[in-house]
Amino acid sequence: MLKRENIRIPVSQQALIVEKPIDTTTIGGTVTIQINEKKVSVPFGTTILDACKENQIHIPTLCHHPDLCIAGVCRICVVEVEGLRTLQTSCSFPVTSPIKIHTSTEKVRKARRHIIDLLLSEHYGECYSCFRNGNCELQSLAKEYGVDGYSFGHILEPKYKVDKSSAAVIRDMNKCILCKRCVRTCIDLQEVGVLEAINRGHETHVGTFLDKPLADVICINCGQCINRCPTAALRANDPSDEIWNAIDDPKKHVVIQTAPSPRAAIGEEFGIEPGHSFTGELNTALRRIGFDKVFDTNFTADLTIMEEGTELLRRLKKAVVEKDSSVKLPQFTSCSPGWIKFIEHFYPEYLDYLSSAKSPQQMFGAVIKTFYAKESKIDPADIITVALMPCAAKKFECNRPEMNSSGFKDVDYGLTTREMAKMIREAGIHLPEMPKSNFDEPFGNASGAGLIFGATGGVMEAALRTVYELVTGREVPFENLRIESCRGFEGIKQASIKLENCVESYNFLEGVELKFIVAHGTANAKKVMEMLQRGELSDVHFVEIMACPGGCLGGGGQPIPTSEEIRRKRAQAIYEEEEGLPVRKSHENVHIKYIYENFLTDGPCGELSHKLLHTHYTKRGKYIS
Amino acid sequence: METTLKTSKKRTGPVLFSNYQQADGIKKAIELGRENILLELKNSGLKGRGGAGFSTATKWMLSAAANAEKKFIVCNADEGEPGTFKDRVLLLEYPELVFDGMVIAGFTIGAKTGIVYLRGEYEYMLPSLEGFLNNMKEENLLGKNILEKEGFDFDINIRLGSGAYVCGEETALIESLEGYRGEPRNRPPFPVNTGYLGYPTIVNNVETLASIPHIIYKGGEWFKKNGTDKSKGSKLFSVSGDCRKPGVYELQWGTKINELLDIVEAKNCKAVQVGGASGVCLPKSQFNRSLAYEDAVTGGSIIIFDESRNMLKILKNFMEFFVEESCGQCTPCRVGNTKLLEGVENIEKGEYTFSYINKLKELGKTMQAASKCGLGQSSPNSFISILDNFKEEIFYSNRKGIKNVKA
Repeated sequence: MLKRENIRIPVSQQALIVEKPIDTTTIGGTVTIQINEKKVSVPFGTTILDACKENQIHIPTLCHHPDLCIAGVCRICVVEVEGLRTLQTSCSFPVTSPIKIHTSTEKVRKARRHIIDLLLSEHYGECYSCFRNGNCELQSLAKEYGVDGYSFGHILEPKYKVDKSSAAVIRDMNKCILCKRCVRTCIDLQEVGVLEAINRGHETHVGTFLDKPLADVICINCGQCINRCPTAALRANDPSDEIWNAIDDPKKHVVIQTAPSPRAAIGEEFGIEPGHSFTGELNTALRRIGFDKVFDTNFTADLTIMEEGTELLRRLKKAVVEKDSSVKLPQFTSCSPGWIKFIEHFYPEYLDYLSSAKSPQQMFGAVIKTFYAKESKIDPADIITVALMPCAAKKFECNRPEMNSSGFKDVDYGLTTREMAKMIREAGIHLPEMPKSNFDEPFGNASGAGLIFGATGGVMEAALRTVYELVTGREVPFENLRIESCRGFEGIKQASIKLENCVESYNFLEGVELKFIVAHGTANAKKVMEMLQRGELSDVHFVEIMACPGGCLGGGGQPIPTSEEIRRKRAQAIYEEEEGLPVRKSHENVHIKYIYENFLTDGPCGELSHKLLHTHYTKRGKYIS
Repeated sequence: METTLKTSKKRTGPVLFSNYQQADGIKKAIELGRENILLELKNSGLKGRGGAGFSTATKWMLSAAANAEKKFIVCNADEGEPGTFKDRVLLLEYPELVFDGMVIAGFTIGAKTGIVYLRGEYEYMLPSLEGFLNNMKEENLLGKNILEKEGFDFDINIRLGSGAYVCGEETALIESLEGYRGEPRNRPPFPVNTGYLGYPTIVNNVETLASIPHIIYKGGEWFKKNGTDKSKGSKLFSVSGDCRKPGVYELQWGTKINELLDIVEAKNCKAVQVGGASGVCLPKSQFNRSLAYEDAVTGGSIIIFDESRNMLKILKNFMEFFVEESCGQCTPCRVGNTKLLEGVENIEKGEYTFSYINKLKELGKTMQAASKCGLGQSSPNSFISILDNFKEEIFYSNRKGIKNVKA
């Protein structure tokens, strides 16, 4: 019998779990079917699409995505099943009996061609003026099926106004083919639910609540919808022209910081298999493009660990020693701007649980326009700070009104991996051919702890390495500093580490079992928040949440396509690179020591830190007028 | 328009409009027991009256066999096919048949809840139908331990649609009942296994359910004496258009179109649309065809057009209907119907070639094969049948002489 996985999501929009029949007549839970004269055995309940894939039979898909539940709406994957009057969508049809399937009959080919023709007739725009040119699933299908004209005409005027209201995501419904991957990403994968189909028939389009601009609804800017859009209907708000202008302006000192995840994925934009880091090559490319300084966001990731870790220890002290019941524990991480907007909208009454530490991006902006400006004697008014991020929400974050603690806009532009790749190509550079070079001083060598921020669990692992050592005076007791309980792609990970033989200043923590939770994707964040609401986290101390599946390496600004397999390879690249670094603990980063000795002299969570490196949050709620 | 239920019955017919006393079917059902009800139903050969013609006994057996903590009976009263109004008559004049049918269905498969999905436009019936259900409760024909049968609990509630044609499709209807957009689901899984809220659900048309008490009380043998070999029983036809006596008729399956035209006193008839907008349009030369599952099948809608009608206008009207009523979910239906309508408009303007028309007909065949639900699978029927059957009028004759056409 077929059962619904989760009652909240409509059956039409969710994956089906196929239960094996109890008195199965099939042997070993498999069914023997025939695909195009070839007999194959597949597990009971396998979809025709998966059965074909395993047997090297290609079936085109559009609305299907490995991360999402089944929709069965584009109809491009239709096949003939003997005995059935109509064609069946292979993505949604579970094999439960010994059927005979034909994947390329005249009827099938004709239907697929018709569907492509119909989609093209309503798809406004021209391929050569589109940012997805060369990476568009509709374009590829048209090529695959030899489309050489518009059989049913082609729309000549745009039907919808392009929604550019959001700082992060631009929606151009004229290019939408209604595959609803964005809808499913938003409601099913991320459980935000900003997008839904509106109207009926030829008026159908994907829209927001009352068709409001995206900036006026509860979008968290995670950009996961962009990563899963097969066409260019969704794209990030691209500031590259303004960045070029700044680079071309001799009066401006243009500084770029690069986050850990883009370097592990940008190779994909240059035709390299996922799973290869291009850190050194990227540094060279950025200098050749014309950035005056290339800094490593991992430096402020280390700084985040110092600030957030100190904050955690202070909360623990207040709770354990001073028995202060107003202290909010567990402390939640605050690096992911998608997660921040999520909690501001959905759980505004829990904002006190968030660490007040800014994200590494924003810390860097503030440090560059104060400390760096002072040290290098440049007027901060002439500094343009660019942040290369795997993220769409970072564009919103740098535009938050409170993010100007340097007296200027701390980070001027957030740039995605995709946009950076475009700029590199535009400059005539083929990234993989670049010689390697290092980051610039004074923030040169960041620790590996900062690097693993890119993967889900990375912040937790980095924090534990530092907190454990601060408290006990010893390294975390794991081989090669690998805290495996923080790693991997399980939705919610829970683990603990015991604090024993503490140093004198922390002996109030003697014997405490430090409990932590790591979650990624806001659907999992929601589950954690529900646990908090039910009072189930009372013995947990620290929670890491990343808005995007897989963490930052699966961010909304990363190369398209994405899948769990691709994200795993990116994670592997990050962890491999990390093990080769000389310094792998945030507190051992010499530049961190330097900045606390020479600039933030009242130490982590001190007065100046609070001014520059900490922030506050806004109770947004779900109802926006 | 009738707003209250009629108590005096003037209608006569072989099955549905034959005599029936409320509760007789339920009493007999209790006497027979579940197995025998299913056997009786199987013997009757009853097929779904909504138009698709799936065996009712098979549907019931599948959901009876499903193992689940809850099951549901849904009465599809979203009568939306253009030209259909027989369910309205049944609900207003024969509610005891429909509700007794639901109670028997609940008893048979072990469902405790019945839901009537009532067309939004039929909201005016709501007070009287609810009054009728209250009376049934008072008489212990609904509620706990029905007719003193231990453990026989069943209740019926009525839910209103909001005017979407597609919600007559059973899985879209279920989505709508659950509070979501009325969009058809992927099949499989079928509602008999995974229906309302994920539980096994029978969705039957009003007329199908209304046949049940007769079959159970009078027997499958009695029922199948009516109709043809492959179409057992009788059928309600909603007849409208150019005739002197439009209305609802109960006739034997197998009745010839000619015979029906005589009964309703249609003169100078040029075309008959069998099965509503999603059905086919037959010309005079095919009036000797019979109305039956094996020949010209219909969920009940018969629309008659006389010589004065412009077939292209009729087609345009149907296509406009589908362009608007497609749920917009799947590509062939959402975009395909707009292309077919565009084709009709181009023919109207005289801007077409025959290769273009043939290309559209091919597209229609893809829509029939590749659309997600019955709506897109049947919407090209009128397009293909009208262009095929009325070629002469549409492409070759001087249309200026025909009524309602701008010169």
